[in-house]
Amino acid sequence: MRTPASEIAVTARRISKNYGAVEALRNLSLDFPRGQLTSLLGPSGCGKTTLLKIIAGLLEPTSGEVEVNGKAVTGPGPDRAFVFQDFALLPWANVLRNVAFGLELRGIARSEREAIAEGYIRNVGLAGFEASYPHELSGGMRQRVGLARALSVDAQVLLMDEPFSAVDEQTRRKFQEDLLSLVQREAKTFIFVTHSIEEAVYVSDQIAILLPRPSRVSEIIRPGGFRNKGADQIRRDPEYLDIVDEIWASLRRYVE
Amino acid sequence: MTIHGYRLPAMSSLVLWAVLWEIVGRSGLTFFIPPLSEVLQTLFQIIGTPAFQNALQETVVAFLAGILAAVAIGIPVGILMGKSRLVDEMLLPWVNMFLSAPLTALVPVLMVLFGFGMKSIVITTTLFAIWIIILNSRAGVKQIDRSLVEMARSFGASPLDAFYKVYFWAALPEILGGVRIGVIRGVKGVIIGQLLISVVGFGALFELYSSNFLMSHFWAVLLVLFAMAFALSELLAHLERRVSYYAAKR
Ligand SMILES: Nc1ncnc2c1ncn2[C@@H]1O[C@H](COP(=O)(O)OP(=O)(O)OP(=O)(O)O)[C@@H](O)[C@H]1O
Ligand SMILES: [Mg+2]
Repeated sequence: MRTPASEIAVTARRISKNYGAVEALRNLSLDFPRGQLTSLLGPSGCGKTTLLKIIAGLLEPTSGEVEVNGKAVTGPGPDRAFVFQDFALLPWANVLRNVAFGLELRGIARSEREAIAEGYIRNVGLAGFEASYPHELSGGMRQRVGLARALSVDAQVLLMDEPFSAVDEQTRRKFQEDLLSLVQREAKTFIFVTHSIEEAVYVSDQIAILLPRPSRVSEIIRPGGFRNKGADQIRRDPEYLDIVDEIWASLRRYVE
Repeated sequence: MTIHGYRLPAMSSLVLWAVLWEIVGRSGLTFFIPPLSEVLQTLFQIIGTPAFQNALQETVVAFLAGILAAVAIGIPVGILMGKSRLVDEMLLPWVNMFLSAPLTALVPVLMVLFGFGMKSIVITTTLFAIWIIILNSRAGVKQIDRSLVEMARSFGASPLDAFYKVYFWAALPEILGGVRIGVIRGVKGVIIGQLLISVVGFGALFELYSSNFLMSHFWAVLLVLFAMAFALSELLAHLERRVSYYAAKR
């Protein structure tokens, strides 16, 4: 089953990346369907962050190229927004300014960008915290700030590097549910890096499994039937459990 | 400090030292240390005199000019060193050398180069203050969170935006720390400059009083100088604390 070209938002083509003598990625190719969530899953150090940053335009590949909507990536651009694992909030700025910071850098007038930011602050459930500073927030709340900042620039592609790894398990589950409805609500393409097999199967339309360095895509899994069953049914679905087992079986030999 | 559960006000240990000074002074142990009460009396006598006011003004002007130059040059140079490998490798050995060099030995050279006037005193002050400001600004930029820089870049920050909206603020606590120590060193610089180069300002008063064995006058001027340096450094420390509160790492 091949997806037609216009339905592909992001294409990585024959990407290689060397850090000096370390070969992180070799000849990696992968398509990211529009409006869907693709997870990058693989053992630690296999190059997930590297690939994400190349797509973001923050790193240059040694060879190969990335296309977003058919245009080659040469650097960061307004069509992509990044959600950072460590949140990357300005400690000296309050929530409102942090969320509006992407728009501020794009030269949007203050009143306009703050109006937009306030909307997204409400969306992620932080209404009332506009004037708080990052050190006054919990890890989960900080990540919501980072998410609201990425959403408010209204990029078509959202790049998320282990966004939930620094929050506690309950918050994480809540975030995963929120992410599912976000993918449904917003017509955006999500690229999501995670360590967690369960998380990947739970939130993804497509899972790309990367093997250790030098890394390529070893397998692409498209969880099907249970996707539209509703958030609380997914974790009990037999297909969900099968896929989790299947992925674990193929990854476990790299963990020894 | 607390004693038996009572919280003593800050700096109450100073009272102890003041009492000790008074006792040593009254015991007549050495003419070099007159009692504190006498020093304070002298202080109130001379503080309004034109000679003192004049000296104060000369010192403050030279000091401020020197510090201003050290800050205006030191912060950008430090930030540049923190950002650029090339600049860093070219300048760092010199900065480190001047930081620990006995700068007093260079003052005669300055006299030859820049004459015996105000200019040399200002430059001496700058020379004492600038190196630590450069080093701290550099360190501030070096410790900046990589992901903040990437964040700014990923949202399309221009280099100028990144500089004013991210680098400067992220490095501000260290920069202020450097300025505070620079200011303290600058006090040393301005007095040494006034003593060695041209005998003006507080330097002139020290010279005058000590050569005439007017010890309580000497101590009075010194006390004023200490108080001013202390107040300045406390003010900067206060600023620093406020800023590092906001810039606190997660
Ligand atoms: N700046 C760098 N310099 C040298 N080597 C690097 C650099 N960044 C990453 N690497 C190496 O490249 C490989 C891939 O790194 P990357 O951070 O992309 O892995 P990852 O899959 O995101 O790992 P994790 O799951 O632990 O976050 C690793 O072996 C790492 O050591
Ligand atoms: Mg990573």
